[in-house]
Amino acid sequence: MSALWNLSIAEAGERLRRREITSVALTQAHLDRIAAVDEQVKAFLTVTAEAALEDARAADKRLDHDDRVTGLTGIPLALKDVLVTKGVRTTAGSRFLEHFVPPYDGTVVRRLREAGAVTLGKVNMDEFAMGSSTENSAYGPTRNPWDTTRVPGGSSGGSAAAVAAGEAMGSLGSDTGGSVRQPGALTNTVGLKPTYGRVSRFGLIAFASSLDQIGPFTRSARDSAILLGAIAGYDPADSTSANVPVPDYVQALTGDVRGLKIGVPREYFVEGTEPGVVKVVQDAIAVYRELGAEILDISLPHTRYGLAAYYIIAPAEASANLARYDGIKYGLSVREGADDLIDSLMHTREMGFGPEVRRRIMLGTYALSSGYYDAYYKRAEQVRMLIRQDFDAAFATCDVIISPTSPTVAFKLGERTDDPVAMYLADLFTIPANLAGICGVSIPGGFSEGLPVGVQLLGQRFEEATILRAADAFERVTDYHTRWPTLADTVAKPKRKSTKKLV
Amino acid sequence: MTTTAASGVAHDYEIVIGLEVHTQLLTASKMFCSCGARYADDAPNSHVCPVCMGMPGVLPVINRQAVEYTLMVGLALHCQIPEFSKFDRKNYFYPDLPKGYQISQYDLPFCRDGYLEIQLDGQTKRVGVTRAHLEEDTGRLVHIKDGMGDAYSLVDLNRAGVPLLEIVSEPDMRSPEEARLYMQKLRAILVALGVSSGRMEEGSLRCDANVSVRRRGETKLGTKTEIKNMNSFRAVQRALEFEAQRQIAEIEAGRRIIQETRGWVESKGITVSQRTKEEANDYRYFPEPDLPPLTVAREWIAEIAERLPELPDARRERFIARYQLSAQDAEQLAADRPTADYFEATVAAMTRGDEPSRAKAAANWLNGELTRLMKEAEQEVADLKVTASGLAGLLDAIDAGTISTTQGKTVLERAFASGEAPVAIIQREGIAQLSDTTELEAFARQVIAANPKAVEDYQRGRTNAVQFLIGQVMRQTKGRAKPDSIQPILIAQLDALSAE
Repeated sequence: MSALWNLSIAEAGERLRRREITSVALTQAHLDRIAAVDEQVKAFLTVTAEAALEDARAADKRLDHDDRVTGLTGIPLALKDVLVTKGVRTTAGSRFLEHFVPPYDGTVVRRLREAGAVTLGKVNMDEFAMGSSTENSAYGPTRNPWDTTRVPGGSSGGSAAAVAAGEAMGSLGSDTGGSVRQPGALTNTVGLKPTYGRVSRFGLIAFASSLDQIGPFTRSARDSAILLGAIAGYDPADSTSANVPVPDYVQALTGDVRGLKIGVPREYFVEGTEPGVVKVVQDAIAVYRELGAEILDISLPHTRYGLAAYYIIAPAEASANLARYDGIKYGLSVREGADDLIDSLMHTREMGFGPEVRRRIMLGTYALSSGYYDAYYKRAEQVRMLIRQDFDAAFATCDVIISPTSPTVAFKLGERTDDPVAMYLADLFTIPANLAGICGVSIPGGFSEGLPVGVQLLGQRFEEATILRAADAFERVTDYHTRWPTLADTVAKPKRKSTKKLV
Repeated sequence: MTTTAASGVAHDYEIVIGLEVHTQLLTASKMFCSCGARYADDAPNSHVCPVCMGMPGVLPVINRQAVEYTLMVGLALHCQIPEFSKFDRKNYFYPDLPKGYQISQYDLPFCRDGYLEIQLDGQTKRVGVTRAHLEEDTGRLVHIKDGMGDAYSLVDLNRAGVPLLEIVSEPDMRSPEEARLYMQKLRAILVALGVSSGRMEEGSLRCDANVSVRRRGETKLGTKTEIKNMNSFRAVQRALEFEAQRQIAEIEAGRRIIQETRGWVESKGITVSQRTKEEANDYRYFPEPDLPPLTVAREWIAEIAERLPELPDARRERFIARYQLSAQDAEQLAADRPTADYFEATVAAMTRGDEPSRAKAAANWLNGELTRLMKEAEQEVADLKVTASGLAGLLDAIDAGTISTTQGKTVLERAFASGEAPVAIIQREGIAQLSDTTELEAFARQVIAANPKAVEDYQRGRTNAVQFLIGQVMRQTKGRAKPDSIQPILIAQLDALSAE
């Protein structure tokens, strides 16, 4: 008999709507699962058990009366701790915001609430979404449920691990250079980065404003479609959100990819990618060919400059976005021993920010400095334009681009923490999509030496329905996405660790 | 430094001045959020929200009204309005700047390359406007010294995010007086457009000046200093006069001018160094990624141009042409929109005489007596209790001879203080002029009887004796008699006496 925590959102939703199960039971099952396995996974920073059960009771009422019932009504989810939640502390994985309780809800949080979803709590991440392993969290690393000695990827590692471990039916993360797709790949989950402007960023704590996009983690393409449908759409509070109609993503999942043109970019199959990863992607290409898709050889010639351009643009924007953390209005404020205002500001930021965040603030500040702007920021923006043109040219001949999501499977904890550049290479294949503003999804493509491998499907702007259709078609003929990691249930402790606040 | 020594050689130097003027825009809400933009004396941090407080996760949304106001100013200043514009981030740390950067405009402002004309010694001078761009105001710091002598500062963010328009002039002004005239004309335009309150003393209109001096004939600009903290038109002129003399004295003493920011200290009448160039910030401007670049539709510009109200220069010319006012009267009235509106409303409400004569009377009273009263009471036209139609009634009564000019002044003073309509005061107090011939004849008889000497003089042909007797009647009637009415009555009675 299957436990409630391993249902998909689609299945659970149907059973909820048929009133075979209650949201309270479903939510409790996940709270129990969190209690059982999070000691090993360490995905959650804050579990809002009481609020979750309250949400669940409200959802059950809606379901009982068939009142505003959506695909997410009664479904327990987890939120990356970069999403601002009214009354629930939001840390962004930083010491600086350890006690920060926002006075407002972000737009996606509000939309989930309106859809009747249940929020289980806030999950771990690299500080301010800067990192690819979740080791840059001020609250300790999250572990990969498939091998707890390995990282779950990052920066949305908590969101990925929670879904992979059955601690939440779905979750939201944010993807600035691959922070949803890469952890998706490393944890055997579906991680979708929507088109820039598809989902409102209002209430997403900014890392790099022109690249950030909120995206869902799920255990199937169908669940991803359900979640995306709930959060997508124009928001007047975000001037960069697009006023483009939101299609019915679930309806788009026809299972039919006959005639779909799938491009294979030669620049994404280069040395340095693990053979096991390459094999999985090649197998996936073969699956698509068998399903009737047309496979094309394509070129994205400026790919090699993507990483460099990204590490100018993202830190530059971050250096300004993080300037507000000055210890004056909220968050950490170090005043003891400070001679004056500037002194206090510097102590606060030194204490509040971890090394990777400080590194990127310095990189960005330097890139924008008088005399360097043209050589760095302006040039990086030019590269970005070229990369965008690469994709526009490619999408003139194909519908979907297929590639590895990450050059490697999940690496060991601590393996790359001393080598920032090695860490940055984890996002080699994901960064270009952010620079171009297109959409992409990482799907469970298979395994290499027992560890999950993600296959990345990229689509033109606002073509989420197309990549989700391709993802769903793949799932219909494979079973990788249905596999679960083995996690020993630790005995549920009566009280949770003190670092995990029950709000 | 001695200014006397410097002023001796001052004529050898030319002063070069450019102004950076900031004005808050009179929008209902702030620049990037829906908080109210009018905070006046409200409790600190009572007009704030997550957006203008710089909370994590917030995003700005452009206030369309503020952009429209900016375009109005651009059109009024004959600027080019480029089709593309964008916002940028100006990065620096200060406790009154909640986000650690100010959203401003760097290389693509809304308005460029315009000009403004000032009147100087009967000549029109054109001052170039380099650019006008939109940004957000900062919050305010309140410095406290508590009873224990400890000093600390509090942050009030009511002002943070209020739309701020910066208008930068070319270094085209050649004297502190020109700078003051530019400032006054700019204020007049902003007020006429209804986009600014124009109140310098409250800080809703602010002025920084770049000033340098050079020997006459020299084409290269001298090293400039930036003067801040000038809170009135008078302060602008005084500060620049001081600074120019200071720079001349420095050069005369063989020293170099240091490029720096200096603050005007009103109480001492001097400028003092605040920050040198070496300490200046590198603002690291870059395009604001939270706001997509804007396309300013040509149709929108045309539509705004269509709706633009009459500006001070045009109004002055119309006043001269239509009302036949003197250039000076016209300039004084047209320079301030509320005054000009009040003037025209008064003329329109008057019922006697032709329009130019009504206008002449209204201009005289408005620029004269009423201005004097307002100055004494530190009021502006907007504060006036006397309405335009009230003033019109008073001027009509004077023109009709119902009251004398002297009485008119008394009535106006009372109306100014109480707000009662002048006509009502005249009626209630019975200060209407004596025009009843029978009554006047009685007064004339009394005066003639009491002054036989004057009568004798008159009979000897000394006509100025009549003036004396008129004065006596005026005294008897306590000013209520009008000389023009008394004269024929007196002459008639005197001639009747001689005939006897």
